Amino acid sequence: MKGLTKELVLELAKLKGEPKWVTDIRLKGVECWNKMPMPKFGPDLSGLNLDDIEPYIKPKSEMVSSWEEVPAYIRKTFDDLGIPEAEKKNLAGVGAQYDSEMVYLNLKREVEKQGVVYLPMGEAVKDAKYSKMIREHFMKLIPVDDHKFTALHAALWSGGSFIYVPKNTTVEIPIQSYYRLNAPGAGQFEHTLIIVDEGADFHFIEGCSAPKYNVANLHSGAVEVYIGKNAHMKFSTVESWSKNMYNLSTKRAIVEEGGTIEWVAGSFGSHITMIYPMAILNGEGAKCEYTGVTFASKGQIIDNGAKVVHVAPNTCSTIDTKALSKDDGVSVNRTLAKICPGAHGAKAYIDCKSLLLNPGAKAEAIPEVMVHCMNAEAAHEASVGRISEEALFYLMSRGLSEDKARALIVRGFTAEVSKELPVEYAMEMNNLIKMEIEGTA
Amino acid sequence: MSKDFLSVSDLVASASEKEILHGVSFEVSEGEIAVLLGMNGAGKSTVASAIMGDPRFKVSGKVKFLGKDVLKMPVFERARLGIFLSFQSPIEVPGVTTTEMIRSVKEETKCGFVSLDEVRGGITESAKKLGTNIWFAERDLNVGFSGGEKKKNEILQMLSLRPKLVILDEIDSGLDIDAGARISKVLEEYQKESGCSYLIVTHNMRVLKHLKPSKAILVDDGRVIAVKDGTLVKQVEKKGYKAVLEEIQKEVA
Repeated sequence: MKGLTKELVLELAKLKGEPKWVTDIRLKGVECWNKMPMPKFGPDLSGLNLDDIEPYIKPKSEMVSSWEEVPAYIRKTFDDLGIPEAEKKNLAGVGAQYDSEMVYLNLKREVEKQGVVYLPMGEAVKDAKYSKMIREHFMKLIPVDDHKFTALHAALWSGGSFIYVPKNTTVEIPIQSYYRLNAPGAGQFEHTLIIVDEGADFHFIEGCSAPKYNVANLHSGAVEVYIGKNAHMKFSTVESWSKNMYNLSTKRAIVEEGGTIEWVAGSFGSHITMIYPMAILNGEGAKCEYTGVTFASKGQIIDNGAKVVHVAPNTCSTIDTKALSKDDGVSVNRTLAKICPGAHGAKAYIDCKSLLLNPGAKAEAIPEVMVHCMNAEAAHEASVGRISEEALFYLMSRGLSEDKARALIVRGFTAEVSKELPVEYAMEMNNLIKMEIEGTA
Repeated sequence: MSKDFLSVSDLVASASEKEILHGVSFEVSEGEIAVLLGMNGAGKSTVASAIMGDPRFKVSGKVKFLGKDVLKMPVFERARLGIFLSFQSPIEVPGVTTTEMIRSVKEETKCGFVSLDEVRGGITESAKKLGTNIWFAERDLNVGFSGGEKKKNEILQMLSLRPKLVILDEIDSGLDIDAGARISKVLEEYQKESGCSYLIVTHNMRVLKHLKPSKAILVDDGRVIAVKDGTLVKQVEKKGYKAVLEEIQKEVA
């Protein structure tokens, strides 16, 4: 793509046949992208040349709700990832995106009967029944001009999921959307919008992956989550990108009175990652719990963390990050807890732990705590450590080889995250960690 | 009894440039119960750690176990050969349970899948013998354990791994009287059943309640002063180290 232009997005809009208000957002995105500066913090993004990124790649398939109808070559990719198998066993619904569009989406009938809505984002903006609701929420929590890459996302967004969970509805098992970026040199800009109404309880799993190519790929997704009064939502992510990926995504949740957002994130692969899921605790007693693990190995900079803004009184947050660095990999734990004036009795706690697996690896913790309210509590802890010699000796004295002993210590370091994930995803994450340690990822 | 079980000859060990063992030699036979005696700082624990391969110590000399020179082996190979060290201060490993650790060992040595339930079954049996709950086998290794729990957990691991030579470094510290007696009983049973050997470092004779040592190795200032039969334990208990050391020096003179 030679520059981000009006013509380009109008062409995309025409192809999609979307309502004007969506195209207007795209046009605003173009305008903002062209006048906004690159981020003034974090890793160097000069290796990312947008001219070389293909912004939209339509898979040769319409969206279907039966795996049999998915073309064989796409089906195979998702089979290898174990998606149809997982759907049969323990998911309430599954959506699968291949490059720029969803190719499969299916929601179990009993969950549909509960009133749960699960649609491809591209269809949802056109849907007569939900268009109004979407218009009121789409790119409202993440404004187009939030930063340069939200502007890019607004201009080029394609695919993603819309989910609505009605009042007082508990969805017993999770829904999963899987985003696969398969084309070399492509960009993926999916948009996820989730509205969990008052008193509802929902678990969403997001999976992402891409095969290995020598050219840069770009993933710049956006996730907007609205959590109603006394509602609870868990948002789990396991990302496993190839090491040519620029993963620059934005995730944000707003939580009303008594509601809870739980983020559980495992971030693997990519050349450079910059993601900092944010929770805005907007109603009294709202909660946020963030647990995340990252792994930076050869040639990778993983700049990751979480942000919490305490707006209302008696809100409560914990951010718990574990970062692993190997070879010349760089892990940055970037976290923010901001307590606004009037958020009386708010409590924020940040704990960032880093583990260096060899002498050349680097880790940095950048916790920021801003308290603008007298009777609030905020604390942060950060530590960078190495694998202890005595723990290695202890485990080896039981018969474990040094590699296995190291792997076990690393797995222990990340155990708090894996136990928050459903068992298959915990296993996948442990496997990704194992592959990174062995250098086979 | 086979003579070629464990033989330690001229073992020298130093830590941060300071020599702690100045040439220690002794033997332990198959099925034998040997006790390492000596005052605080004599070097008993260093002997135990050096045989296992503690990286804090630089060592020279020879430690032969089942015909192999173990000082040249990595720690895990010593363990797989059948040496087990019950640590004086067991190490905390956050996020890893005893059950998972034992499973990993079994998987690696068997080169195949071992179910957690299988491991758990074995641990439950052993815990019954020890008269304890198995809750600590399901929690992070030694993290937040009391002194007694740590020691019981060492024995649980021993029973799961089934070693041939068990080195017990102050197994009784942190144990109450009842628990000490119970562990002694469990150690006796394990020996009867497996024919293992014990090398016991202790200041407290309670752990010997059910174990009858046939050898006592008296260590002082990094050297072996005397190797006697088990009656030396009783003598030390009665008269104290100082008097016994003086008597032995007179004998030698």
